[in-house]
Amino acid sequence: MRPFTYTGAKNKEQALQSYSPTSHYLGGGTNLLDLMKEDVERPDQLIEVASLDYKKIFQNDKGGLTIGGMLSNSETANHPEVRKNYPLLSMSMLSAATAQIRNMATNGGNLLQRTRCPYFFEASMPCNKREPGSGCGAIKGMNSLHAIFGYSDSCIAVHPSDMCVGLAALGATVEVQKPDGSTRIIAFDDFHRLPGSQPEKDTNLMPGELITAIHLERPEFSEHYYYLKIRERSSYAFALISVAAGLQLKGGEITKAGLAMGGVAHKPWKFKEVEKFLVGKKPDESIFEAAAELAMKDAKPFEGNTYKVEMGKKAIVRALSQAYARKS
Amino acid sequence: MTEMEVWNNKRELGNLSEDERKIFDQLGLNESSRRKFLKGISATSLSVWAATYFPPEVFASAAAALPDNPIKLVNEVKVNLRINESVKSLNLDSRTTLLDALRERLALTGTKKGCDHGQCGACTVLVDGKRKLSCLTLAASCEGKEITTIEGLAENGELHAIQKAFLEHDGFQCGYCTPGQICSSVALLEEAKRGEASYVTDDLREITKDLTLSEEEIRERMSGNICRCGAYNNIVQAFKEVHSSDDEMPTWEFATPEQMENAKSS
Repeated sequence: MRPFTYTGAKNKEQALQSYSPTSHYLGGGTNLLDLMKEDVERPDQLIEVASLDYKKIFQNDKGGLTIGGMLSNSETANHPEVRKNYPLLSMSMLSAATAQIRNMATNGGNLLQRTRCPYFFEASMPCNKREPGSGCGAIKGMNSLHAIFGYSDSCIAVHPSDMCVGLAALGATVEVQKPDGSTRIIAFDDFHRLPGSQPEKDTNLMPGELITAIHLERPEFSEHYYYLKIRERSSYAFALISVAAGLQLKGGEITKAGLAMGGVAHKPWKFKEVEKFLVGKKPDESIFEAAAELAMKDAKPFEGNTYKVEMGKKAIVRALSQAYARKS
Repeated sequence: MTEMEVWNNKRELGNLSEDERKIFDQLGLNESSRRKFLKGISATSLSVWAATYFPPEVFASAAAALPDNPIKLVNEVKVNLRINESVKSLNLDSRTTLLDALRERLALTGTKKGCDHGQCGACTVLVDGKRKLSCLTLAASCEGKEITTIEGLAENGELHAIQKAFLEHDGFQCGYCTPGQICSSVALLEEAKRGEASYVTDDLREITKDLTLSEEEIRERMSGNICRCGAYNNIVQAFKEVHSSDDEMPTWEFATPEQMENAKSS
């Protein structure tokens, strides 16, 4: 690991003032320290922010819940308000990593996870995300774990977070502190970006901005929810494909749907068109199958990941069926 | 006189049997160096057997002297670490992980370095009672936190119930993942008491304390500790025994002296 200076920030002001473009905020460190050991990330300063006092969960003025940016993933997923009103978020978070890692990882840090594309992790391989201009090793290489939506000629990596798939289905905003001390609110769908010609940028955060809170909308999918995670072993692995599904039902009809997929794009992939399609329909398998066809119609797989198209359809049907089948 | 003092007296008076002397040598408690212990051909089988023979303090005092000051520190940070209820003040290179501080500076080598990348769980320790990975934790971020390692689980010469259950149920083969498995199990007991959920919990909206975990739940919740030898069945059994307070039937037992004799003469 390359040398860096360590700053334990005592408050937000100190964190923001200590920032320089070559430094990095440190949350739980579960991803950042690993990448520094691999020489992928090379900050010359770490500013520890996990101890900052953004660890509360409270009702916000929009009838939803606000979740502190520095709270750990396990405390968030197990918070009674989250479990009761946003079980889809809890379930997505609990599917991720392990108890140890969830105890360390912060909510803000979870949003900023880097891809687990093996070419990104291996410093001797070409990767436009790690080393802009060096090429993409995955497009014609080993791409079984890669994107089928929204990729570009320069990058086909996928976003690794489960929590973010849950948040995409639920709808949320992200609150960040700007270096000048003011606050900015970013809609969750605008937080992560597609690779385009700048895959080195995962998000639309500006340099020095610090995530301090996530605001959830009024709970709508507290009764009918499911997070399906398909992986190569049944625990402690990243998703090949995951589906966050939430349904709101009234009089035997779907009145609102939330549907997002992980493991298929550079950002959590929200199916807005499918969410609209489901509204007003009577929930049954044929409707879920039609929704799955609609969701996957624009998928363009690579040589190694054609399986993701069919798997994606089946996963959507299963997640929607499981969400519907829950007793209300 | 404590059991530990008895052993120290025996050692000072040269009253150790050949076998006992070897073990003290290998633990670095006699003249020979700690390196020898590290190079020992069968360190694990030694410590597992020895655990039933010596009090835990013997292991705790096996920390041979390490140099106080490393050759060179870059970006030096001063940290006070509260480890197993004692405070250690260290000057460290800012890059030092908690794992390396424990092993290389404090000679607490019970915590193991497996993958060093957060993929195996061998380095699991308790930080403020929560299980965490010491390989991905910077020591500099641990100021003021209470750290418990495998060396700190025994109390008053008594192994922790989970440690005893691992011995009883043979919850290991090579033993390398064991300190992590045990620390993880100890934390899981508390998580179940607090009513925390997992991905396989049926209904996340139903919140109750003092959970009795099914085998499926235990396996999911312990998935952060990989065991290359595949001792999972015995690990689950050991955890279950302590967690449910019901006796689990061990899949093995110690041979009786009679059986040992028969085996020798056959």
